[in-house]
Amino acid sequence: MARMVTIYVMGKQYEVPDSLTIMKAMEYAGYRLVRGCGCRGAFCGACGTVYRLKDDYRLKVGLACQELVQDGMYLAEIPFFPGNKATYDIEDLKPNAESVLKLYPEVFRCLACNACTKVCPQDIEVMEYIQAALRGDIAKAADLSFDCVLCGLCASRCPAEIVQYNVALLCRRLYSRYIAPKAPHLEKRMKEVQDGSCARELDKLVKTDKAGLTELYNKRDIEKAA
Amino acid sequence: MYTPELRELIKRVEATRQARLHQEVPRLSPQDKKELLEAFHPDYRAEIFRTLSVGPSKGQRTPKEYADVFEAWSAINPGAFDVSKVDYDVDVLIIGGGGAGAAAALVAQAQGANVLVVTKLRLGDSNTVMAQGGIQGADKGNDSPATHYLDVMGGGGYLNDPELVAALVGDGPLVIDWLERLGVMFDKTPDGTMVTTHGGGTSRMRMHAARDYTGGEIMKTLKDEVLNHRVPVIEFTAAYELLTDGDAATGAVLYNMETEEYFVARAKTIVLATGGGGRLHIMGFPTSNHYGATADGLVLGYRAGVPLAFMDTIQYHPTGAAYPEQILGQLVTEKVRSIGAQVVNAEGNRFVNEMETRDAEAAAFIRECVDRKKGIVTPSGQPAVWLDTPVIDILHGEGTAKKRIPAMFRQYFRFGIDLSKEPILTYPTQHYQNGGLKIDVTCETPVRNLYAAGEVAGGIHGRNRLMGNSLLDVVVFGRRAGEAAAKRAASIKKQQRLTLEHLKRFHAELEGAGVPKERTAPMLLPEYRRTEHAKRKASVLA
Repeated sequence: MARMVTIYVMGKQYEVPDSLTIMKAMEYAGYRLVRGCGCRGAFCGACGTVYRLKDDYRLKVGLACQELVQDGMYLAEIPFFPGNKATYDIEDLKPNAESVLKLYPEVFRCLACNACTKVCPQDIEVMEYIQAALRGDIAKAADLSFDCVLCGLCASRCPAEIVQYNVALLCRRLYSRYIAPKAPHLEKRMKEVQDGSCARELDKLVKTDKAGLTELYNKRDIEKAA
Repeated sequence: MYTPELRELIKRVEATRQARLHQEVPRLSPQDKKELLEAFHPDYRAEIFRTLSVGPSKGQRTPKEYADVFEAWSAINPGAFDVSKVDYDVDVLIIGGGGAGAAAALVAQAQGANVLVVTKLRLGDSNTVMAQGGIQGADKGNDSPATHYLDVMGGGGYLNDPELVAALVGDGPLVIDWLERLGVMFDKTPDGTMVTTHGGGTSRMRMHAARDYTGGEIMKTLKDEVLNHRVPVIEFTAAYELLTDGDAATGAVLYNMETEEYFVARAKTIVLATGGGGRLHIMGFPTSNHYGATADGLVLGYRAGVPLAFMDTIQYHPTGAAYPEQILGQLVTEKVRSIGAQVVNAEGNRFVNEMETRDAEAAAFIRECVDRKKGIVTPSGQPAVWLDTPVIDILHGEGTAKKRIPAMFRQYFRFGIDLSKEPILTYPTQHYQNGGLKIDVTCETPVRNLYAAGEVAGGIHGRNRLMGNSLLDVVVFGRRAGEAAAKRAASIKKQQRLTLEHLKRFHAELEGAGVPKERTAPMLLPEYRRTEHAKRKASVLA
């Protein structure tokens, strides 16, 4: 049986079972969430939350859909934080520091204070990837930032006013578009799609009846997993 | 953190691990699979369904929770509602901001159409963003769209619409190519070869992934493109009803979720890209779905006259999280099995091949727990089977799980479970709506100028969708819908009439069927507050 604990939602006191996540505790308390609730599974970044515990000066963070309530938790969801998003045509860019800095010159202002990393609920090395982007190591910035869910908490704490998650997204797109080699088998297949040979093979099957398909399906060979 | 009791049970899994590492568990024969499904899959339990008494698919059966939203009144009184003041007038109105909506918006705008996207939560809020395991696409040398076609048809019970399947698999390589060029960070080897794996029911390893954030990575990229192209998007605005000229679709009634105001939009064509209905919680099943998956688009389309396809079949993902309780129902991606994790019962034995189609895999889990009593029961009473995840690192080297399924690793690590060292507990969760609104290969529904793309549409997956075909579906059909809707819009010169005549007709049917007035739809958001709250609720501010 769950124990009841006291939490403070934006300063307002509620008694809730300690087995609940922050999100479910807010619903238990009677909030109907429109903002601050998305996938409920730690993929969408809608429910970034900051909180403090009793007698502890440190600011803590979590995703409301994943973080359990604790007794004395003082919390506020930050479902939105204004962020600068540069617009660009990916086809016009080169995968280097100049591209990043032209679109997001504020990256120059990074103080390496690490506030972004400390606040990331995904435990991403945010400051490290910003530094990588600054020195043009786009591949590293892409790799380090991969698990970002765009919750925006990094940007909310940045004294240099960098919007880290947008820099990260730009780096991942630059890396994938220009640095990672194009898949050779895909290029080959695209030619076969364009010359119509794929469609011809497909058409035959579309015209095959259920009995014919069943036979083909049951006899099909299954590739051995590596 | 596991309880001491569960820790004891884990010892049995550990005891058998070495012996079953390379054990071959044969796939089910067609006859065995049929018998398994009929005996244990929820789709075969007659008592969960109700036959629809109104609408274009009257006489068809659908799970009761879906029937409750189809056989429901609109909050709008069509006799009194004023649609004469038009707030938005566009070529293509796209309802829904997930993968299909974003893809449709990009393609429609590129065709020169004046596009408006409305979404009841944020742009990108969707099941797409949660899809982890991968996206299928026949782009390798030993594979072809035809081979993919066979897997899809067999997986769906040969009942899928062949033309829609041909569109899905035929566009597969195009879509992977498009996403690669947009800069989606697919898993690749150093020479650029895509790292691909099997999914349940595939005959070729054609599952492309972006670690286990595949849908998230695709959605982030598409959203970025929508913003780069400055496509007009209105967030926190739902579509509450469609407007028609009596037959063809001509617009929608929009609803601002925050200010609670309505607006009228006129559009030459409309794309429903609203996703599925996991949050209806069939038979009280937990769900892996997004907060907004409440079947709104299905309701709107149905009232406007679109018949349903396969709305009597729901996909239960075999591996929903069963423990800890806080993440009950959340998805444990199929990729965990793709890369080696084994399904094991309480005695430590494997009982099903890990790569069966999802319907059969889920039915096998239910049989193991309910019939054979060889499941595990969690402290909250939830039945479960083990997914022996430490096998991944044993087979592929230490650190593989953390590298290839980082989201899953983090999910469990948050609750004190290191899945590379300890197995996890899973049980089927409501995951996907196999059916939906009827469409043709251009995504047009039988209601003229009304298109549907993504999970809201039906027919593509027959009675069971394969892993990785949903991400492919949203992009393939989102693009097709965007293109067709823009082209059609360009051909419409006359200004359309905005009416609620279709709703009047539908309401008359509801009246005739005696549907209780308090039953309304669309739901827009599920209700998770306590019943105590509803009892005390009072509206005192005018």
